[in-house]
Amino acid sequence: MCAKPIKKEPKQVETTGHIWDGIEELNNPMPRWWVWTFYATIVWGIGYSVAYPAWPLITGATPGLIGSSTRADVAAEIARVDAANAEIKASLVAADLNGIGTDPDLAAYAERAGAAVFRTNCSTCHGSGAAGFEGKGYPNLLDDDWLWGGTMEDIHLTITHGIRNTTDADARYSQMPSFGADELLDPTQNSQVVEYVLQMSGQDHDAALATAGATVFAENCAACHLEDGAGDRAQGAPRLNDAIWLYGGSREAITASINVANFGVMPNWNTRLSEDEIRAVAFYVHSRGGGE
Amino acid sequence: MWDYLKLIGLGLLALLAAIAANYAHDLAYQVNAVTVMLAAGISFLYVLRTAGDPRPNLQHEYFDGVVRAGAIATAFWGVVGFLVGVVIATQLAFPQLNFEWAQGYLNFGRLRPLHTSAVIFAFGGNALIMSSFYIVQRTSAARLFGGSLGWFVFWGWQLVIVLAATGYVLGATQGKEYAEPVWYVDILITVVWVAFLVAFMGTLFKRKEPHIYVANWFLLSMILTVAMLHLVNNAAIPVSIFGSAQVQLYAGVQDAMVQWWYGHNAVGFFLTAGFLGMMYYFVPKQAERPVYSYKLSIIHFWALIFLYIWAGPHHLHYTALPDWASTLGMVFSVILWMPSWGGMINGLMTLSGAWDKLRTDPIIRMMVVSIGFYGMSTFEGPMMSIKAVNSLSHYTDWTIGHVHSGALGWNGMITFGVLYYLVPRLWNRERLYSLKLVSWHFWLATIGIVLYASSMWVTGIMEGLMWREVDANGFLVNAFADTVAAKFPMYVVRALGGGLFLTGALIMCYNLWMTVRAQPQRVTQHAAVPAE
Repeated sequence: MCAKPIKKEPKQVETTGHIWDGIEELNNPMPRWWVWTFYATIVWGIGYSVAYPAWPLITGATPGLIGSSTRADVAAEIARVDAANAEIKASLVAADLNGIGTDPDLAAYAERAGAAVFRTNCSTCHGSGAAGFEGKGYPNLLDDDWLWGGTMEDIHLTITHGIRNTTDADARYSQMPSFGADELLDPTQNSQVVEYVLQMSGQDHDAALATAGATVFAENCAACHLEDGAGDRAQGAPRLNDAIWLYGGSREAITASINVANFGVMPNWNTRLSEDEIRAVAFYVHSRGGGE
Repeated sequence: MWDYLKLIGLGLLALLAAIAANYAHDLAYQVNAVTVMLAAGISFLYVLRTAGDPRPNLQHEYFDGVVRAGAIATAFWGVVGFLVGVVIATQLAFPQLNFEWAQGYLNFGRLRPLHTSAVIFAFGGNALIMSSFYIVQRTSAARLFGGSLGWFVFWGWQLVIVLAATGYVLGATQGKEYAEPVWYVDILITVVWVAFLVAFMGTLFKRKEPHIYVANWFLLSMILTVAMLHLVNNAAIPVSIFGSAQVQLYAGVQDAMVQWWYGHNAVGFFLTAGFLGMMYYFVPKQAERPVYSYKLSIIHFWALIFLYIWAGPHHLHYTALPDWASTLGMVFSVILWMPSWGGMINGLMTLSGAWDKLRTDPIIRMMVVSIGFYGMSTFEGPMMSIKAVNSLSHYTDWTIGHVHSGALGWNGMITFGVLYYLVPRLWNRERLYSLKLVSWHFWLATIGIVLYASSMWVTGIMEGLMWREVDANGFLVNAFADTVAAKFPMYVVRALGGGLFLTGALIMCYNLWMTVRAQPQRVTQHAAVPAE
């Protein structure tokens, strides 16, 4: 090993003879590996640009020898998946809504397709786990508390036409009055009925005010929320006698909801999703745990 | 006479700015107009007070005042840019830091361009202008051309930075990445940049050396190309001369292509060619060794500037861009690999015969690590431009990691090295205050970069894989929010890495401050003499 010649000192290579502010330049040759790798990338580049669409012409560009096209690749990939799924999609659309779960193949497909549709379209509001956003008016879809019904037919209808939108005449629709802001109730009645709602939902409340609130409730709220506050799915009136709240169940939150009513909106998905996708996502939501 | 013209010009400018502030359509424009009015007013008073003062003939001395100011500005804007970077990195990990009360001013969307512009154009720009002025004078053995033109470039550039930054926070933006400044700031940038070109070229013209040093080739290519990029990409028509809104001249995929032709070459000429110019001067100076290969420097210079300009389309793979443009972008990017590495070879091999200095000189260590990161990111870049790799890496944090290994590692570290080299010389000090603190800075910055880049590689590749994951029926498996949730731990690591980098920069500022304040004077001469 010692016999190997010691690497030449850089000083032994001559300089170019120029000096700038004390800096000199050696006349070392370019490293061979550098030159050859550079040549290799150029040769590869020429080859690649012959094989693939590359050089612009007056109209269009050279198409490349192997006929590559990223747009055609995507179209082919989509067509392949569409063809593979065409049969099962057709049977999903043809199936009885309640029969989807009984056919294992159909159920497995609807679960996967529904999950994908849900993640892309629904998770923005309802959360990627479908747990909603409590207090902000985005309902939890995992529980058995349903505003407009939890059967396959109900969910399918809600997704298809949406809620309180102006784009679909068949959208589910109902509207709670702003009892406080529109002076349908005076402040005293307002605080009484809040205590009554707190009472029926099993929370701490002022018993005297709640007793008076029962009358206010019967006269103003029971028509939609029913006598015992069980809610009415036919009108999308939420259940009030449980611990599940759409816009919050605290004294402040209930007061705010009675004062200025909420008006939650869901789009009609029939213009954006196909029938098989709506059915799949309805099945997916239905099978999250609360389906009826 | 000249003073009178200056006074009339500045007075008119202050008046026009006041009128503009009065008729402003939006807050950002108004604040910017008031800023211009104040800047013009202060300059007016300064010219008035110094008018008629005797001007000593300084032709035999280097013009270093502007370089000193540039060094201070570089360090200052560096700390500002890094700090905003740490803030937005933390905002990404903890979104609740986008405070409700600061919405529309200090949320991520407003601060992000502030960070990128602060580090690229304020920190990087000041570093480039300052070292260009230093290098071109030394290697031409001539005083900077144009009298006080250097000061105009310096203060003009600071005004650009302040106008752009306040504009971003108040909502004035073109919405083009790295070209966010609005039309009137673009005009000011053009004026300042032309002055920069004139000062630089003028000095080269009156050089006393027979040849132009390699560093100046790179710096000149930077100045010229950035001017061209800036003019083409910012072509727009203002909606009103009293507002910050404008309409772009290009639309659709043409606009995207022009933007990324600009964006990629901002990296290529601002952050690569310009900083290579810095490297070609300061590495041989600090190592006290000759440049390794003159021939390599010629070949890689011309190859680099010829090839870089075509590589932009690789930012738009698999978009509305036609396939042919995509192919060319990729091919030129891959061929660019070796020309980029030419700079790394020349930088590293310049140290041959002086490798022992790595042990003793933390400044050389900083420069070597910066060249190392340069080599790494100029390999990573061509690799990411390959369509198959890009289909995984595009839009992910891998891109962010790539940019930062280049920006923190290459641009940041070489600039720190240059500041450590320059400050004792510019202020005539015997030595730096503390080499130990330089070592601390070196390790904090290096570990910070490693944490930053590796966390972004991990999270970027994970993100890419999660996005493309499909099940047997061709359905996406993950929601976008799932990828965001999965990235959280890496976001914390990234913010930590940025924090270390910022801490290192603060230590540098303290060290440089103490160098100027507490180190003994060195007796040297400033005469501009040609080398033998």
